[in-house]
Amino acid sequence: MAAGLATWLPFARAAAVGWLPLAQQPLPPAPGVKASRGDEVLVVNVSGRRFETWKNTLDRYPDTLLGSSEKEFFYDADSGEYFFDRDPDMFRHVLNFYRTGRLHCPRQECIQAFDEELAFYGLVPELVGDCCLEEYRDRKKENAERLAEDEEAEQTGDGPALPAGSSLRQRLWRAFENPHTSTAALVFYYVTGFFIAVSVIANVVETIPCRSSARRSSREQPCGERFPQAFFCMDTACVLIFTGEYLLRLFAAPSRCRFLRSVMSLIDVVAILPYYIGLLVPKNDDVSGAFVTLRVFRVFRIFKFSRHSQGLRILGYTLKSCASELGFLLFSLTMAIIIFATVMFYAEKGTNKTNFTSIPAAFWYTIVTMTTLGYGDMVPSTIAGKIFGSICSLSGVLVIALPVPVIVSNFSRIYHQNQRADKRRAQQKVRLARIRLAKSGTTNAFLQYKQNGGLEDSGSGEEQAVCVRNRSAFEQQHHHLLHCLEKTTCYEFTDELTFSEALGAVSLGGRTSRSTSVSSQPTGPGSLLSSCCPRRAKRRAIRLANSTASVSRGSMQELDMLAGLHRSPAPQSRSSLNAKPHDSLDLNCDSRDFVAAIISIPTPPANTPDESQPSSPGGGGRASSTLRNSSLGTPCLFPETVKISSL
Amino acid sequence: MGAVMGTFSSLQTKQRRPSKDKIEDELEMTMVCHRPEGLEQLEAQTNFTKRELQVLYRGFKNECPSGVVNEDTFKQIYAQFFPHGALSCLESPCVEFLLPSPPLPFCLVDASMYAHYLFNAFDTTQTGSVKFEDFVTALSILLRGTVHEKLRWTFNLYDINKDGYINKEEMMDIVKAIYDMMGKYTYPVLKEDTPRQHVDVFFQKMDKNKDGIVTLDEFLESCQEDDNIMRSLQLFQNVM
Repeated sequence: MAAGLATWLPFARAAAVGWLPLAQQPLPPAPGVKASRGDEVLVVNVSGRRFETWKNTLDRYPDTLLGSSEKEFFYDADSGEYFFDRDPDMFRHVLNFYRTGRLHCPRQECIQAFDEELAFYGLVPELVGDCCLEEYRDRKKENAERLAEDEEAEQTGDGPALPAGSSLRQRLWRAFENPHTSTAALVFYYVTGFFIAVSVIANVVETIPCRSSARRSSREQPCGERFPQAFFCMDTACVLIFTGEYLLRLFAAPSRCRFLRSVMSLIDVVAILPYYIGLLVPKNDDVSGAFVTLRVFRVFRIFKFSRHSQGLRILGYTLKSCASELGFLLFSLTMAIIIFATVMFYAEKGTNKTNFTSIPAAFWYTIVTMTTLGYGDMVPSTIAGKIFGSICSLSGVLVIALPVPVIVSNFSRIYHQNQRADKRRAQQKVRLARIRLAKSGTTNAFLQYKQNGGLEDSGSGEEQAVCVRNRSAFEQQHHHLLHCLEKTTCYEFTDELTFSEALGAVSLGGRTSRSTSVSSQPTGPGSLLSSCCPRRAKRRAIRLANSTASVSRGSMQELDMLAGLHRSPAPQSRSSLNAKPHDSLDLNCDSRDFVAAIISIPTPPANTPDESQPSSPGGGGRASSTLRNSSLGTPCLFPETVKISSL
Repeated sequence: MGAVMGTFSSLQTKQRRPSKDKIEDELEMTMVCHRPEGLEQLEAQTNFTKRELQVLYRGFKNECPSGVVNEDTFKQIYAQFFPHGALSCLESPCVEFLLPSPPLPFCLVDASMYAHYLFNAFDTTQTGSVKFEDFVTALSILLRGTVHEKLRWTFNLYDINKDGYINKEEMMDIVKAIYDMMGKYTYPVLKEDTPRQHVDVFFQKMDKNKDGIVTLDEFLESCQEDDNIMRSLQLFQNVM
């Protein structure tokens, strides 16, 4: 591998001297050798544990992180070492790979963590040495299987709610597959279960001899013949239910061909078909034999229970998965039976009045003996027969004992998988709920931050800073980002409560609302960061609940007036109000559907919701705001305190 | 016959499911690794210092040990920053992110469209994956570039089909994607035609010759006329 190459290169190049006499063309000049600093010891600091190694060691594998120039990204010039913020225990294995050329897999670590470390250091998993390779692969395969099962279980299990626009078919199918999703499905599930049980019991009871009171001396009749109408009605009812269920399932199935070929649908068909065939076939004695045979198939209805019982399904699945073992068992049993039957036949051939009339007749004896049943209807009488008979029974024990553990272990594995899936599903719900709780805390941080009046100039008011929670630089920048998005779109983030309240407000036709416009102080003609541009201006966002409380009469008037205004298309109203429509305003906030905000009466700012003045360009600003003020009949106050945000 | 039984039992040491073997083979094939250019080269090509590049790379490498970001990862990362930003009905795997968002049953916020356009803008060579060099080059322009470069990059972002012109449909897609990031819970309630009006205003301003498309020159000119835009371009300087 590459380990050897780097160290042997000087040797190979020296050996090239042997070509020199033979060369027909002048050989190329040697590559310029950089002033090599000789080998040096590198220090690799992994989470505090310092590893030291020769630079050459790392250079052996140039296509990995440590062997290439990629490690320069992790070089800490102050301390002169390479710092990696990773697991030092795992790093030991990685470094040993460079030293020995073999990557060993730690036994006590999680295989996933090991994989991640390998990915980070640029090592391909194929580099795992032969000594550890098999175990590594096995553990990885097990992990992957478990994860794949998890995903399958998630998708096929309860799953997320159906999209609202799902058709009747989809909902029906879902009700069939997951009965506990809706009450109707559950009811249907239990009803079908009940009818299956009724049908099976009826089949059984039909054959019990009923003592007929009328004719005591005559032979006893089975109940089925005594009450033919009752049983027939019951049978009909059950078959009708089963037919209906089958047709509904067929209708709802997403893929009808696949449904038709599935095992459960075959069982359904076999369960109901005999009845219909019995109806069609006329009742005469010739066919009645076949008719009776058909009734046997009615017992298959009991398999319909497998939809209701998970254990039955597991059993069926186990048998399916052990099919190869079972097949081999059958094959070997057959071999043994044939051998022993032949031997017994020839051993008992001499005896007269023997039961062993032919080899097939001896099969019965062999089977009964090998399974240690020993009915005793056929017994060998010769000595040779008895000897071989005992060998037969002893080997029979072995034959039965061997495949059973395999089937049992399969069953147990599948059963535990199911248990695990159920347990995981239950845990998942709890886990999700807890995660959601933790997440909602941080998501609300932004909204909380806004409500605490955090979005203001950093220079203003230390009092504000006190009540605002201490935020990290990351939080600050993140909130700035969200604030920029709000300004770009002229909409605000809010929580569900406020949103639903606002929905109600809009439907009522406008009422007091929070102010949303932000502006900088109108300091000059150019300083328009219009209402939407994100300069941290003075602004107080007030909760909707508070604002409704503190609406005053004057503002009600204003609102009524402005409610009309807000319906009209924005640009016109703006242009009418503003001296000179500024392009940037239009660009950023063309259609602001903000309902008018509240005018603050000259009370201390803490009480009333105050907003900021929508900036209007330059000189026109003051005039227009005054204009607005006077038109609304409220006292004219300083532009800073009287803030109207309106359209 | 006992020998037959013996071999039969020894065969059954493990239950093999041949269909699952394929999964692991595929998993092992996907270990593509990409190594970026040297630190000195990147320092020369971008406007970052060595230290900044180191910090950027460490973060990048942590998220994507393979050295490239594909679109899905990119979308996931971007969606983490917006409240209620769930990409799908499934729980986001990044629980340890500092800014997780509660996933709602349906996608009420869709940061994925905008992330898609961003990804295409980052992926200058249209390979379907963003390498560290692409990432750092774009960041260098956006954070440390000249006004001209930033505007050009933005034009490139808006120009979805990269034909050199922005038409109304492209702008409509972009604006709609931005509004989608706000999510459902906005104040005031988001109207249906807000994006369209926004786009109309934008075109009114940008499209000088009123031919329905905005070229790079028109875009640059209009933006340079607007003080707000000019000022806000300096906002994100101190991200690092």
